[in-house]
Amino acid sequence: MKDEIEKLLPWHAVDALSRAEARQIQEALANDPELARRFEMVRDEYGENVLLNESLGAPSGQAAQKLFAKINAEPVRNKPLSLQLGTRFSDFLASFSPRTLAWSAGAAALAIVLQAGVIGGFLIKTGGTAGFETASAPSSDTGTVALIRFAPQASASDITQFLDDNKLQIVTGPMPGGIYRVRISATKLSKDDLAAAVRKLEGNKVVSLVATSQ
Amino acid sequence: MQATSDEALIARIAGGDQLAMQVLFGRHQVRVYRFILRLVRNPATAEELLSEVFLEVWRQAAKFEGRSAVTTWMLGMARLMALSTFRHREEQLDEGAAEQIEDRSDTPEIDLAKRDKAAVMRECMTRLSAEHREIIDLVYYHEKSVRECSDIIGIPEATVKTRMFYARQKLGELLKERGIDRGWP
Repeated sequence: MKDEIEKLLPWHAVDALSRAEARQIQEALANDPELARRFEMVRDEYGENVLLNESLGAPSGQAAQKLFAKINAEPVRNKPLSLQLGTRFSDFLASFSPRTLAWSAGAAALAIVLQAGVIGGFLIKTGGTAGFETASAPSSDTGTVALIRFAPQASASDITQFLDDNKLQIVTGPMPGGIYRVRISATKLSKDDLAAAVRKLEGNKVVSLVATSQ
Repeated sequence: MQATSDEALIARIAGGDQLAMQVLFGRHQVRVYRFILRLVRNPATAEELLSEVFLEVWRQAAKFEGRSAVTTWMLGMARLMALSTFRHREEQLDEGAAEQIEDRSDTPEIDLAKRDKAAVMRECMTRLSAEHREIIDLVYYHEKSVRECSDIIGIPEATVKTRMFYARQKLGELLKERGIDRGWP
């Protein structure tokens, strides 16, 4: 019995035992000084193993680039054309701290820089803030669609609120660079209306980029 | 703020959601990388295998049944890939021997680890056999339960406990060889 308890000490140290097992071990530790001494050894090993692993560093950004390049080379999967606003998206975004959002964008950092450069280039060429064309394929979505990238510091609730307030609907995404295709109107807007809509969206701190594909 | 569970991310990955993939990768890449690195001992190989593991996650997400934690599933895949690479490179060794031979050669970590008892312990941990390094890492660093270790390694739970016990015993022997007698074993 004591041997079995001693074998479980490492899992007790990392709190990976059932409540009943943990209670049993706590009782044994309280009544057996030698076992308690050995548990201290286990705790030392635990601490040093964590330090050892933490000293190993982290993978370079190339690992992410390679992975997502391979993923992009995979056959395209069928997925819903649109995602409903509300709970699902809200829950999903709820996992992203600003730091995580920033990291997620960073995982495709090269793609982001390139795409931002391309889009920025179009902006400069057209000399305006709206109405330029992107290199993306023409949209077959109904209504009017814009490309939006959210600001890394935007919180989940900020984004959800922004989508609700502006009656926006995520159509698909993210594309490389963390850009989403977002329906901003159920009908096709005129050039002037589109420019006005984009200006309004651009004025919100939640977004870092708004572009149109029409 | 409630984080999206790994299981929910896997469900979205199964539907082709790359953002979910980015989140899952960001959440676990470091630990999976370190797990692989401790087995293959080569950062470039570890990185290569890391992207292969997550590519498999992308491909197999629809088949994930949730019988184990996502991390357990990923570490299991990582282990198989690392072992496959390890075996490929050590073709002259039979499978069992490759896992059981202790590594007496210096590693980069060892250069830094000769100052105090704690450092000596970390050094000794790097000198354990692959089999013993693996179980010690799974328990202490990845905080896996007996059952999860059993799932990842593919051995009975009783063997998991015994292997961990012997790994710690071996660690104690290595410490003793370096002048640190803990009074056990």
